[in-house]
Amino acid sequence: MSTGLIIICCIALIAIVVVQIGKVTELAAKIRGEEEVQYEANRRSGVLWLIFGVVFLIGCIWSAVHYAPWMLGYGPHQAASEHGGSLDSLFNQTLWCTVPVFLATHVALFWFAYKYQGRKNAKASFISHDNKLEIIWTAIPAVVMCFLVIQGLVAWNEVMADVEPDEEFIEIEATGQQFLWHIRYPGADGKLGGKNFKKIVPGENPLGQDWMDDKNLDDIHATDIVLPVGKKVRVRITAMDVLHNFDLPHFRVKMDAVPGMPTYFVFTPKTTTEEYRQQLREYPEYQAPTDPSDPESEPLWKTFEYELACAELCGKGHFSMRKLVKIVSEEEYQDWLSQQQSFYMSNVRGKDYDPRKDELLGVEIKQRKQDFDLAVEKALAAEIPDEKIIRLNYVTFETGSAKLTPLSRYELENVVAALNKYPNMTIEVAGHTDNTGDAEANQALSQTRAQAVYDFLTGKGIAAGRLNPKGYGQTKPIDSNDTEEGRQKNRRTEFQILTQ
Amino acid sequence: MANVTTIAPQDQEDKVIQELGYDDHFHEHEHGDKYKSNFIMKYIFSMDHKIIARQFLITGMIWALIGAGMSIIFRLQLGFPEENMAWLRPLLGKWIEINPDSGLGTLAPEFYYALVTMHGTIIVFFVLTAGLSGTFSNLLIPLQLGARDMASPFLNMLSYWFFFLSSIIMMYSLFLSTGPFAGGWVAYPPLSALEQASDGSGAGMTLWILSLVFFVVSVALGGVNYVTTVLNLRTKGMNMWRMPLTVWAFFVTAIIALLSFPVLVSGFLLLMFDRSLDTSFYLSEIFIGGQALDHVGGSPILYQHLFWFLGHPEVYIIILPAMGLVSEVLSVHCRKPIFGYKAMVYSILAIGFLSFIVWAHHMFMAGVNPFISNFFVIFTLIIAVPSAVKVFNWISTMYKANIRFNPASLFAVGFVSMFISGGLTGIFLGNSSIDIQMHDTYFVVAHFHIVMGIAAFFGMFAGVYHWYPKMYGRFMNDTLGKIHFWGTLIGAYAIFWPMHYLGMAGVPRRYYRFDNFDTFSHFADMNMFITIAAILTFGCQIIMVINFFYSIWKGKKVTTKNPWGASTIEWTTPIHAGHGNWEGKLPTVQRWPYDYGKDGREFIPQIEPLKEGEEDGGH
Repeated sequence: MSTGLIIICCIALIAIVVVQIGKVTELAAKIRGEEEVQYEANRRSGVLWLIFGVVFLIGCIWSAVHYAPWMLGYGPHQAASEHGGSLDSLFNQTLWCTVPVFLATHVALFWFAYKYQGRKNAKASFISHDNKLEIIWTAIPAVVMCFLVIQGLVAWNEVMADVEPDEEFIEIEATGQQFLWHIRYPGADGKLGGKNFKKIVPGENPLGQDWMDDKNLDDIHATDIVLPVGKKVRVRITAMDVLHNFDLPHFRVKMDAVPGMPTYFVFTPKTTTEEYRQQLREYPEYQAPTDPSDPESEPLWKTFEYELACAELCGKGHFSMRKLVKIVSEEEYQDWLSQQQSFYMSNVRGKDYDPRKDELLGVEIKQRKQDFDLAVEKALAAEIPDEKIIRLNYVTFETGSAKLTPLSRYELENVVAALNKYPNMTIEVAGHTDNTGDAEANQALSQTRAQAVYDFLTGKGIAAGRLNPKGYGQTKPIDSNDTEEGRQKNRRTEFQILTQ
Repeated sequence: MANVTTIAPQDQEDKVIQELGYDDHFHEHEHGDKYKSNFIMKYIFSMDHKIIARQFLITGMIWALIGAGMSIIFRLQLGFPEENMAWLRPLLGKWIEINPDSGLGTLAPEFYYALVTMHGTIIVFFVLTAGLSGTFSNLLIPLQLGARDMASPFLNMLSYWFFFLSSIIMMYSLFLSTGPFAGGWVAYPPLSALEQASDGSGAGMTLWILSLVFFVVSVALGGVNYVTTVLNLRTKGMNMWRMPLTVWAFFVTAIIALLSFPVLVSGFLLLMFDRSLDTSFYLSEIFIGGQALDHVGGSPILYQHLFWFLGHPEVYIIILPAMGLVSEVLSVHCRKPIFGYKAMVYSILAIGFLSFIVWAHHMFMAGVNPFISNFFVIFTLIIAVPSAVKVFNWISTMYKANIRFNPASLFAVGFVSMFISGGLTGIFLGNSSIDIQMHDTYFVVAHFHIVMGIAAFFGMFAGVYHWYPKMYGRFMNDTLGKIHFWGTLIGAYAIFWPMHYLGMAGVPRRYYRFDNFDTFSHFADMNMFITIAAILTFGCQIIMVINFFYSIWKGKKVTTKNPWGASTIEWTTPIHAGHGNWEGKLPTVQRWPYDYGKDGREFIPQIEPLKEGEEDGGH
């Protein structure tokens, strides 16, 4: 309360002082004659204009020199993309066109204000217009503008050009969400898969990718933007909720992210992060320690990173949408890429929410067939009966039942193929369980499971006489039944080659 | 003040009006007071354009203080992000979040964005549109054209009261528990359309739209009146080429406003539909708040087109009146005709026309087809030509002048400086390729604040100091006015000049703090400097406000009808003109408004007939 009172008193005091200053000067004017006072005021104002003009123009030039490192194309603030240089040079051309105008008009303005201050007995000249002069100073700006427009449009159309159809480029995708960026790489196929905002489930499918689209299966969700130097990049920019803007200040890249409409920006990184650091090293301001209180901490240039920011107001966290951008050599890029896992494979595959959990992907089918065929070859060549056993790890059943899981069919297809390949081969199909529960029930279950496999194979046209289904229950463990891991190994389906 | 040796003294002027004036039988028909009035009808629900002008001005000043005060609060956040803001809690309440451990207060980010948004809305619409154009169009159009009032005084009164209603609604939105709208003054959807996107996009946005729709009604009623008055109520002899540049500027401004504001309303209407009726004009494929919305097929870019189709002309709605005021004030106090009167008129018309075909230069980076931008670059940079002509003409007006320096003329000269500085940076931004780097950075903030914020305020101040004697029959204090001017000139440059460098370094605007990014965190000292400059500059405005209100009652009295020795006819009315402006006959106009220093005379009033063989229009 008392502070409020003090503040009110202070304001009142200031108001009184202000009013008194005004009153005093008015009184002075009355005493000395208004005309005299006006001429003196003119003189004072004229001189003030001159002083202000000099200080102002010197200040402008000083500040430009002082902050030159931050101006485009000077000092450490170099463009790190191939097109960036053309924007910087256009900026500087415009600067060279405008600075003389700025200086000339201001010098005239301040000088006239001083020179033509109202004086006693002086008269203003009656000059109402001058057509020639006016045509000149209409024409000159028009010509200069034409020059800048042409320069600008040439640069603009080059920078904004999309990739040519036969051109080699990397396409990545950036998606803005309140308040973070998602970065997606296309994976080995080089193509980004389709998405649909209706499929978005945070955590499970953050971008709403359509997993039925094969192009999505190898797409990578990256934590940073990593790009090889000197390679054209086409960024596909999308937004999930509100407008965002994909802003890479060092690369002179900026483009709105619009919900419902992808936008694109094509650019080529020119300088690797490491090279940029070396450039910065030349400047004393980058020799300063990162932590001003600790002179031993790393110098600024050493910790420099390119950054991705958001440049379109997107809500209360707008100021925090940061991602690192790393420009590296082609080898480092390939190295990094090979360490990245596809989002589908690492986070979706086999989960309840995987729409493809009941099917195998082409690569998986191929891989398993290869493994299986090898095992068959090996078993065929083996001498002792125990080595003629092939474990069907991918044949599984619903818990407690003899119903084959959907994915089992892929391995069984391999069995069918092998049986077709070796028409003389006969096999014993064996079911095994672990020791949990009743031994008799286990025996029965293993028998029906073996039967289920038998049914599948005969259904595929294998002669019944070549197959001998048999349940072993818990009698033949291959590992300890005391651990869950061991029990899992014991629950298994095998077949043994009887004749070949 | 008046160092004028009046050649046509007051009674001689009266005589001229008696002899040559146009008798519209004002007295006989209306028995001396056409507009019978008690206190309420005279000062509150007034239909007198001069009272309405004062209402607009004072409401605008209140809004200016609020809008500028908001900028001080968010500048504190930017300049001193680590400082304890708990002391603002009595004012801002829950928007200052107190850390329970340290007891330190911080400004809530939501409210930071609400402040930024409201600052823009208030200054652009309520202060620089209503407060500037509303005040001076009302005051000067009838007075300088020799009309008794606006074409429709009643609509004119409504125009103010719709503005008042709009103000009340906007003011009310500041006190909502979810806060006022916080999505930027441009109110781009989806941020402005979806409650889930921001607290302020709920009730705050509803009130924001409502307020601005009433505001547009106010502008439309005012605009219709201004245009009609200029076309129909000019006194005898006042042909278009004898109108002062102020009236030309107000006239073109009103036409621009009438053509562009309705488009804004249509944009708002569709936004309201999207918000309330689940339509999808601007919304498509949105996942927000853990939920995919049903909206499909809309485009946020459509809104941007509709918005900027007003938004860009709005810039000229703000700056043209300021240009008009400055031209007039500069000429009167230079004691010289405005240089190139016709060129000035043509450039106002050219700017007015071009203002309609450049809107997409706000959208170079919005995702529109880059090919389209080619046209907008061309038209945008062409605007530099008429603007340059105006600057050269103002400077030439000062050449070989005999300048009487007072706060009005100081602000007029300051305006020219600001307009040069801010205009030149527009040449950078108008070029789409440079805009790739500059778009939505502090370079833009610096550009538009200088060229249409500060410059427009300077024009407004010049107008207030110059026509204050006409409005209140007293002068504002000269010394305080000069302190106000120099403080504001230096302060404004100190605030906005350094921002250019921030922008070149790529620092984006509308950031609550900069230390999340290494790239943007180098400028803590500069931000502190800017904040201190802003506080001092705000202090100078307080001086102006004190001066303004003090002078209404205590200012030095005006003793002559024409204290500045101006030739326009508003200065032939009585010092305290009643409703109807002229007591007897209406003055008739015999010549153009800028005969200063002609034939060795200080000035020749517009009512004085041309001499034999004398050419009109400064020949």
